[in-house]
Amino acid sequence: MKSQPRYDVSEIGELLWNGEDGDRSLMAVLEEIQARYRYLPEDALILVSERLGVPLSQTYSVATFYNAFSLEPKGRHVVNVCMGTACNVRGSRKVLERIRDKLGIQPGQTTEDGEFTLETVNCLGACALGPIVVVDGTYSGQMNGSKADALIREVMSESEGS
Amino acid sequence: MISLTIDGHKVEALEGSSILEAAREHGIEIPTLCFHEALEPYGSCRLCVVELETPRGPRLVASCVYPAEEGAVVETNSEMVQASRRMTAELLLAAAPHAKAIQELAVRMGVQEPRVSLSDNDCILCGLCVRACAEIVGANAISLVHRGFSKEVSPPFEIGSNACIGCTTCVFICPTGAIKLEDVLGTRSVHDWASDFQARACKICGDHYLAPEFPAELNESLAEE
Amino acid sequence: METIRTAEGLEEYRESLVARREPDKPRVSVCCGTGCRVYGSMKVIDAFRKELGSRGLDQEMGVVSTGCHGFCEKGPVVVLKPSGVFYQRVGVEDVPEIVAETMVNGAVIDRLTYTDPATDKKIVYERDVPFYQKQKRLVLDLNGDIDPTNIEDYIVFNGYAALSKALLQMKPEEVIEEVVHSGLRGRGGAGFPAGVKWRLCREAKGDVKYIICNADEGDPGAYMDRSIMEGNPHRVLEGMIIGAWAIGAHQGYVYIRNEYPLAVENLRIAIEQAEEYGFLGHNILGSGFDFSIQIRPGSGAFVCGEETALMASIEDRIGEPRPRPPYPAVSGLWGKPTNINNVETWANVPLIIDRGAEWYSVIGTDKSKGTKIFSVVGNINNTGLVEVPMGATLWEIIYDIGGGIPGGKECKAVQLGGPSGGCIPSAHFDVPIDYESLQELGSMMGSGGMVVCDENTCMVEFARFFMDFVQQESCGKCVPCRLGTRAMLEVLTRITQGEGREGDIEYLLELGGQIKESSLCGLGQTAPNPVLSTIRYFRDEYEAHILDRCCPSHACKPLIQYSIDVEKCTGCGRCLRKCPAEAISGAKKEPHVIDREKCIKCGTCLELCKFDAVVVE
Repeated sequence: MKSQPRYDVSEIGELLWNGEDGDRSLMAVLEEIQARYRYLPEDALILVSERLGVPLSQTYSVATFYNAFSLEPKGRHVVNVCMGTACNVRGSRKVLERIRDKLGIQPGQTTEDGEFTLETVNCLGACALGPIVVVDGTYSGQMNGSKADALIREVMSESEGS
Repeated sequence: MISLTIDGHKVEALEGSSILEAAREHGIEIPTLCFHEALEPYGSCRLCVVELETPRGPRLVASCVYPAEEGAVVETNSEMVQASRRMTAELLLAAAPHAKAIQELAVRMGVQEPRVSLSDNDCILCGLCVRACAEIVGANAISLVHRGFSKEVSPPFEIGSNACIGCTTCVFICPTGAIKLEDVLGTRSVHDWASDFQARACKICGDHYLAPEFPAELNESLAEE
Repeated sequence: METIRTAEGLEEYRESLVARREPDKPRVSVCCGTGCRVYGSMKVIDAFRKELGSRGLDQEMGVVSTGCHGFCEKGPVVVLKPSGVFYQRVGVEDVPEIVAETMVNGAVIDRLTYTDPATDKKIVYERDVPFYQKQKRLVLDLNGDIDPTNIEDYIVFNGYAALSKALLQMKPEEVIEEVVHSGLRGRGGAGFPAGVKWRLCREAKGDVKYIICNADEGDPGAYMDRSIMEGNPHRVLEGMIIGAWAIGAHQGYVYIRNEYPLAVENLRIAIEQAEEYGFLGHNILGSGFDFSIQIRPGSGAFVCGEETALMASIEDRIGEPRPRPPYPAVSGLWGKPTNINNVETWANVPLIIDRGAEWYSVIGTDKSKGTKIFSVVGNINNTGLVEVPMGATLWEIIYDIGGGIPGGKECKAVQLGGPSGGCIPSAHFDVPIDYESLQELGSMMGSGGMVVCDENTCMVEFARFFMDFVQQESCGKCVPCRLGTRAMLEVLTRITQGEGREGDIEYLLELGGQIKESSLCGLGQTAPNPVLSTIRYFRDEYEAHILDRCCPSHACKPLIQYSIDVEKCTGCGRCLRKCPAEAISGAKKEPHVIDREKCIKCGTCLELCKFDAVVVE
């Protein structure tokens, strides 16, 4: 159902030592795991804690504190709506509402079929193009309700096709 | 020794003391919630705030963490301080309306009904349980997870902790009784967090008093020393 | 490339690079900052390379990929050098014509030039564009000239000369003295004198010390630091190395938010190159001084812009701020003396050392020296990065440089300082900007994010937006911030939903005041500012919401109604077809009607109507 890279415990060991002297920083390792698997698997957190000598409770604390980490697998496509101040005064709320209604999920959630995750971000630093929506790393600027509609429709049909 | 003025009294304090310690040494009471002598001060409840004179005017500082400095002038119960404590108490009551310790605190601070309703959670996130588990017991079984209003005390993955030794320090140190201990026929559960422990029963009165993991852990750490 | 080990070595190398370059060689500078990339500038630059290649001109003419030029509204921005011809909104399809007409023949292509909306005149040269004319670009001066991934460009423009002077001709105390004398104040927001902070750290006990560059830039709407790091990372590094020398630190960190991948990459390349050339690492420039820099990406937490939370993050902990004292200068990263400064602060240092504190202290006002970069965003015609001397007025920035408000609307207020700052209404736009004057107005310099609000911005909703942001980003450690801002948010939400009550404004003022005084860290201590300042200047809007159940700016959904003006409606049916709630009815060519019961106020009809017939009130 969800096409995530298959998580392999042995790979985590490789991430931890990566040819560097001494132990790597906990957060650097978590970031790499997040980047590779699009979430932090439970076993990975346990293994990382053991290897780095950090209490599992601290690792879990860190994993839940920062926005960059996700304990649930993300959807195949991530739709990110910028909710920074500049985008806000240009109407980003309407854009978010439209996308939210179209996908049928709230920000932070993933669709049932595991295809789409909707997220918000507090400023990408490209304010001249606001409101901005990023889909899988591709930026779309000067969005409004209708454009958001069209964008999501396009992404959904592409996803069905593939 | 450091000299400072607290509530108009000239006071001497040891180097490295906090204002709270200096005040208590001289019998000056300052209310606290997240402070405990056996733990590193945390500075989160803000109940212990005192008014400190600075070149830019009076400023509130948390006395449990602010160092006693030479020549400092401190007021522990000024209007500014009272207003702040009253707000802190009102907010805590709005978040933990059924916690007895918070209800009592609110009465002491002159708070009637909170003007908002925020939650109904006996845990006030003072962090004492987490800090005790880390600093005193050394088990690190629980921690503060998530962030902001969603912050809570939890074992890893919000299920349970293999590191918990059932010592019940967290139950004991919690000011509001938010951590529940269940002792059913000798099976001890700490707030749904840990796997159940089989506590030993006293041969005389039959009360269950200790989970064997606790002395095992103690023996281990004593042996290391 | 041999590592440079002497001052003379550096100057000889610089001269050799300069000699190899022809200043009059025609070249095209294409902005490849994040903003213009979204507009497609990478395709444009590829097109230039291909076009020059296919015409056999790639030897005699050059293509430079630069960082952010600052005029973001008009991207992709292309500037031809040495002439200075300025083209805006350049597309791939325009490239062959630019090469043939302008680069080869020297003719200007009218449709690509900038038209000044104030005079309706075409402006050909970059130096004449009003957006740039009124600025004083010191920190951003090289952003249109250098390739940030090529250290040689930086060296050609006198890069690392300041480092050479500091390390080989000055003692650490002399460097500190120079920075103190310049009057440089922290550009992250608080405005603490940088030199004084350096001195405290130098004097702190301990052999192990750290330098940190705070590149977390969390204020929404602020992207000055992103552009400095993308466009001229070496200047930041140079400033850090000089600072490390002055303080006595041998390890530095750049804590940069992970939402800036291009800046992270350009910084990484810059560090690699600086190490290769001997500006970082062991025995820098043969001085015997060692210093290394590591990049630490953030993990998505606004609170980690606060210095103690930032350090906690580097230490692999959650970003919970710590009480101060002790201050980082005395006890910081891993308990060691640590000096933290913002990106823009570090970027000012090489300029001060190179040209002298005297030169620097003449720029700006009495107490605020130098320039400040602002990101002017929101309801403004010329969105972009603006660098002005301290003392410039908001009027100059918004109108002379910013080009005023789109649609000819009125400017209601400007918000400075992000979630920690306050709004300034138009009545005060003639106040010269400096640290003190802004504080007096109930706002603050902040990191430089300047959000412009037009007459249709509801200031109550604006304040609620910031409080919502604070609630998402609060670390949750202390009661006043975790619970107090939650309470403020609940009250503000009620007000914007038409459920405000008498006493709400007084409660917000009281609670806000307490949160400011009692919170543990800067985030909580400043969180109430947007609310307090909007009540100060726009109390009438709050009262309208609470007492009249009305939103004067027609923004708060529960308090507005959509309707169709029968005079203007032509019955074209566009809105009817697109309405997601099927709330519009009407026959063809007859005025249409909105059913208020069904209307969800999504704004689709307003967007689509070509006849201005949709009315919101």
